[in-house]
Amino acid sequence: MIVAKRKPFEEIKEMLKGYKKVLNVGCGTCVSVCLAGGEKEVAILNAELDMARNLEDDPIEIHGQTVERQCDREYLAELDDIIKKEKFDALMSMACGVGIQFLAERFPDIPTFPGVDTTGLAVNQAVGWYEERCRSCSQCVLGITGGICPITMCAKGLFNGPCGGTNKGNCEISADQPCAWFKIHERLAAQGRLSSIRKINLARGWKDQIPRNLIQPGYKKPEKVS
Amino acid sequence: MSIQGNNLKSGSNLEKILKSGQFAFTGELGPPRGTDVKEVIEKAQFLKGNVDSVNITDNQTAVVRMASWAASLLLVQEGLEPNYQMVCRDRNRLAMQADILGAYALGIRNMLCLSGDHCQFGDHPDAKGVFDIDSMQLIAMVKQMRDDAKFLGGAEIHHPPKIFIGAASNPFADPFDWRVQRLAKKIEAGVDFIQTQCIYNMEKFRKFIHIAGEEGLTEKVYILAGVTPFKSIGMAKYMKSKVPGMDVPDEVIKRLQGVEKGKVAQEGINMACEQIEEFKSMKGVHGVHLMAIEWEHKVPEIAAQAKVLPRPKPE
Repeated sequence: MIVAKRKPFEEIKEMLKGYKKVLNVGCGTCVSVCLAGGEKEVAILNAELDMARNLEDDPIEIHGQTVERQCDREYLAELDDIIKKEKFDALMSMACGVGIQFLAERFPDIPTFPGVDTTGLAVNQAVGWYEERCRSCSQCVLGITGGICPITMCAKGLFNGPCGGTNKGNCEISADQPCAWFKIHERLAAQGRLSSIRKINLARGWKDQIPRNLIQPGYKKPEKVS
Repeated sequence: MSIQGNNLKSGSNLEKILKSGQFAFTGELGPPRGTDVKEVIEKAQFLKGNVDSVNITDNQTAVVRMASWAASLLLVQEGLEPNYQMVCRDRNRLAMQADILGAYALGIRNMLCLSGDHCQFGDHPDAKGVFDIDSMQLIAMVKQMRDDAKFLGGAEIHHPPKIFIGAASNPFADPFDWRVQRLAKKIEAGVDFIQTQCIYNMEKFRKFIHIAGEEGLTEKVYILAGVTPFKSIGMAKYMKSKVPGMDVPDEVIKRLQGVEKGKVAQEGINMACEQIEEFKSMKGVHGVHLMAIEWEHKVPEIAAQAKVLPRPKPE
């Protein structure tokens, strides 16, 4: 899933300076599961903001609403009425970077601010602990690297590792960071598949250097979107 | 050896010496953290005539220094032959190819292709590491530029750069049994010579070179054994505990600890010279790469004690 972490409170407070009536929009999917921007986190942030602004003698009227997914028009449409009616002077989104942008795009006249920093595509290792696993590069090499991503897990993103900095199975950057290529070697050796990395992985063209558009086979861009 | 043919790939001094079967001896120089040309030239004087080629490091340990191509040119002007180091960390394939063309045009003939230390080690820890291509792919790219006269993108190069292609090998980093395979991959990518990581664990290195020999690799590439003399016990301990991928056995440190306080540096030099002596007759080793880190002024003394002087002067 996409994981994010809440921005530091001071940064959020600074962004909302001068805005008196704000709607904080949570997202009920990825950021909710990773404890960053769901209904509960919206309520907590709003309480903090309310308190801080009162202390500064500059009260804020802050509302909260969490939609199922901010990356889907169908769910964002649920906000149309309240936004039209309440006339907020700013929006805050606690969705990932994708959701924040889609919210801002739907209500282009209202300043929209991020409440979280999106940190990546990660697995849930334990409650509250998420580890990045994918950089969505558009060209998956996991088939030859034993199911371990060298672009994400190797600090240098090497295609022909391990480099000379492998340190007792760990990366040169930290003893807490396993060396991706050490792991790749270990797994492929156990599977008897080292031959898959014996061949040089030649330089590839990066497919993530321009904004990517994905249209699945059998579909096409509609002429008009709602 | 099988790499011998009629034609030189680059015509560099280093290539000629290696090709003639003579034992090569290369040095290293770190560019300054400023614009002082004098500093480069002073260091270079200690290396001149004592080594066959001088590695010019490229923002080593991810710390900003004078560009390696610029310091390399200063050496060319001084009559020394540089071995221009290039890391994948700081530039993409466009910048790399442009720099290679420029370097060759101005007289640089040897290159060392490296991944580069991670930015986190250096003075700009939050810099974006480029790593558009890795060291293996860099070797293949330089070879393609030289032998096929083609850029990585496929377009033709007019007057291609005739570079003698080098790379590094660390026999001591994990996993040990993959290190020879990785060397084999670099050979397949097109490397001409290898300079190894600093060697302190001779037993492990003997094993590495033996396996490489058994696999026929030492017949396909020139291998220069990396030697860095210890200046102090502190340096040895630092290398052991702080430098990733470095293997410093306890007995090496014990030997340094066993001499009188004022004689540790000399003992470090003695140890390095003993290593060099062994490398001279070690099957599969074609030379030594001396990395006298911030100790360039000791190179004449070390070269003399190691009996590698005078250096050959190929036609």
